Amino acid sequence: MKSLLRSLQQIRKYPSAIIGIVIITAMVLLALYTIATIPYSEAIRLWRGGEDVWGENPRLAGPAWYNLFLRQKQPTTLVLNSRDGAATKTVATSPTSSDAQDITLLFTFDYAYDGFPQELIVFLEAEYEQRPPHASLFWRTPDDREIRLGEFPVRRSETYRLALDSRLTRRLRSDRPEVALFADPDADSPTPLKGTYELEVHVHTFEADTDVEAKWVAYGQLHGLAGTDHRRRDLMVALMWGTPIALSFGLLAALGTTLTTMFIAAVGVWFGGWVDAIIQRITEVNMILPILPILIMVGTFYPQGRSIWVILGAVIALSIFGGAIKTFRAIFLQVKEAPYIEAARAYGASNSRIITLYLIPRILPVMIPSLVSGVPVYVFLEASLALLGLGDPVLPTWGKLIDNARAQGALHNGQYYWVLQPAVLLMVVGLAFAMVGFSLDRILNPRLRGL
Amino acid sequence: MAEATQTADTTSPTKIMAAGYSRTVGRVAKYTLIRTVALLATVVVGIYLTILVANMGGHVDEIRRGQIRERVAIGVSMNPDMRQLPTAERTKMINEMVRVEEQRLGLDQPFIIRSFRFLTDALTLNLGRAQHISSDSGSRTVRLIILERLSPTLLLMATSNLLLFGLSVFFALYLSRKYGSLMDRLVIALSPLSSAPAWFYGIFLLLLFAAVLGWLPFGGMVKAPPPASRVEYGVSVLRHLTLPVLAWLISGIFSGVYGWRTFFLIFSSEDYVEMAKAKGLSSREIERSYILRPTLPNIITSFALLLIGLWQGAIILETVFNWPGLGRLLYSAIQLYDTPVIVGSTVLYAYLLALTVFLLDFIYALVDPRVRVGS
Repeated sequence: MKSLLRSLQQIRKYPSAIIGIVIITAMVLLALYTIATIPYSEAIRLWRGGEDVWGENPRLAGPAWYNLFLRQKQPTTLVLNSRDGAATKTVATSPTSSDAQDITLLFTFDYAYDGFPQELIVFLEAEYEQRPPHASLFWRTPDDREIRLGEFPVRRSETYRLALDSRLTRRLRSDRPEVALFADPDADSPTPLKGTYELEVHVHTFEADTDVEAKWVAYGQLHGLAGTDHRRRDLMVALMWGTPIALSFGLLAALGTTLTTMFIAAVGVWFGGWVDAIIQRITEVNMILPILPILIMVGTFYPQGRSIWVILGAVIALSIFGGAIKTFRAIFLQVKEAPYIEAARAYGASNSRIITLYLIPRILPVMIPSLVSGVPVYVFLEASLALLGLGDPVLPTWGKLIDNARAQGALHNGQYYWVLQPAVLLMVVGLAFAMVGFSLDRILNPRLRGL
Repeated sequence: MAEATQTADTTSPTKIMAAGYSRTVGRVAKYTLIRTVALLATVVVGIYLTILVANMGGHVDEIRRGQIRERVAIGVSMNPDMRQLPTAERTKMINEMVRVEEQRLGLDQPFIIRSFRFLTDALTLNLGRAQHISSDSGSRTVRLIILERLSPTLLLMATSNLLLFGLSVFFALYLSRKYGSLMDRLVIALSPLSSAPAWFYGIFLLLLFAAVLGWLPFGGMVKAPPPASRVEYGVSVLRHLTLPVLAWLISGIFSGVYGWRTFFLIFSSEDYVEMAKAKGLSSREIERSYILRPTLPNIITSFALLLIGLWQGAIILETVFNWPGLGRLLYSAIQLYDTPVIVGSTVLYAYLLALTVFLLDFIYALVDPRVRVGS
């Protein structure tokens, strides 16, 4: 054991192993941070959420840091909510009726981007008894043009999508009001006019105590650190939650398969005879069973088997009698003949004592590198299953992001961030473990040391 | 085969040789028999397990019964003659039709009995008819479906694997000569790259060459509609083949070269190689007779394992590149609960694996005089 630790200290001489360990540590910290800030149930709720959770996010927006590299700065999402005091509210009693009021909500904002927003929506909420208030919206550009937007009654909660107002699009002579409203009228090609814009929401109420609140959202072309997907979800949630899942899946699967395989190989070699024969035969049968198709079958046929933890169990169960048994067996066969084992037998050590205390420790130098190098295999296995549509149905994982992106044609449509971010993370984690495992292999297997 | 089992000391007198020869034949025969029985048993158990899983232990039958009942009920309610019948009579009619249909499909027997019939059918390569999938020519015969998908898979996998194998061994030999050079250290440093599967690099390649540069197609085997002229067809297939093969190579080459290089290096530090060097033999000679010769069994093993891999195809690589091969067939069969196709592909794979393992034992003895069959 001591010599094992001593040789492990040689890892300092391998720069790639150091890089690997640093990356793994960083990933573990990120995973812990994720679990602490977004609990498991919250992650599921967020990832399954629809417009109610992600309503203020643009669809298919790239990450906001794109702007650092773009010459033409693209807008990020602008949300102004009168509840948060983002609008100046004026209330005037109407001359016609004592109950009626005119409420004006004035949103003022600066627009300094070189691109147009993706979509414009005004959300209105009104509290009233019977007669809904009536809203009319006005738009004022920096060059003092005033454009009349829609007019409509405000039921309890009203969503006014500018692009869907056919009267507005006809008036603007453009199918894309988000372009027409921001465009410089003197420019040949549509370029946004920079400056201060105003949106006035004018509401005429018919009852006393009627109150109106409005939210103005100009959806950007870019959003957050990681961008969004086709369902407006912030990819950051999935990228962050992918970390603990990839790490735990990879580590647990590698540990589970290596330990069980090693134990079975040790038992087989130690008892020999029919026990060994049976283990050998089962291993051969297991080699004929194609692992990936069986995992696909488990995922497809048993819908409750979609959970990542069931798949994890199936992976371990299928590799208990995996091909690694043959490697371990060959080493155990050598160790079994060693004099100290004979000595242990002579003083009357029990079978379990010999297996756990004398046989298994001798195989650690071979086992540890193969365990560490095994982690990326399982990290990528999870992604592979997700790519086949067999990912965990509720949890966001890196593989599922790639699968979603592929299904939505992200590569065709140029939404490269959607594929690249999870892929790079997968790559980084996989490489980190592979580099450490690789160095460990060279340290612990003396035959390779000089090579 | 028997010749191969002769031991290295063939200088003994002819009489002893003859006696040894007949002993050898006996031993080989016994060994062959035992190996055949063991491998067959393995194949049988493996296929039976696949049948159980692919039928979900009989649950697929329940699904199919449900489908039959639904289809019959809809058929009856759509039929104006039958719609007039009183409810009791109509129910009786539906039950009767369901019973006939189930009998036709053999669903009336318990699953355990049928599972053994499936097993014998599978083992005798009587693969039956698919439930949902049909071949491009419209046939439902599993054998035809598999045969049709076999050639694209072989094209893709054989090209990628043979290239990978050849390049790995070639570069490994080269590097083992240049041991410690910059190139050598570069390959060692890059070998962790092989921890990612081929489809993963496939996505990067698609992004670069198909999406950004637009040089190569996104997927498929030939452009649609297929070109009429042979040459154009070949060029089109070649263009579609490039990216998946490249992905396979990137994911395999570094660890492949590293593995072989280390292996060759271990062998080139043997005493007899030093001896050959001392004798002044050319490096080509040393490589051929003193390094490649003793490593031949290992080269053959890995080549055989590679051949087994060919047959199964790469499910995900084929899915990512939309390649119409066996891997994607298996995947879509699983998605459609098409048990005969699933079992059919597994049977094919199991037989090929068993055959390869069986042949390997003998090929070993052929190339390595130290190995004696059955000893």
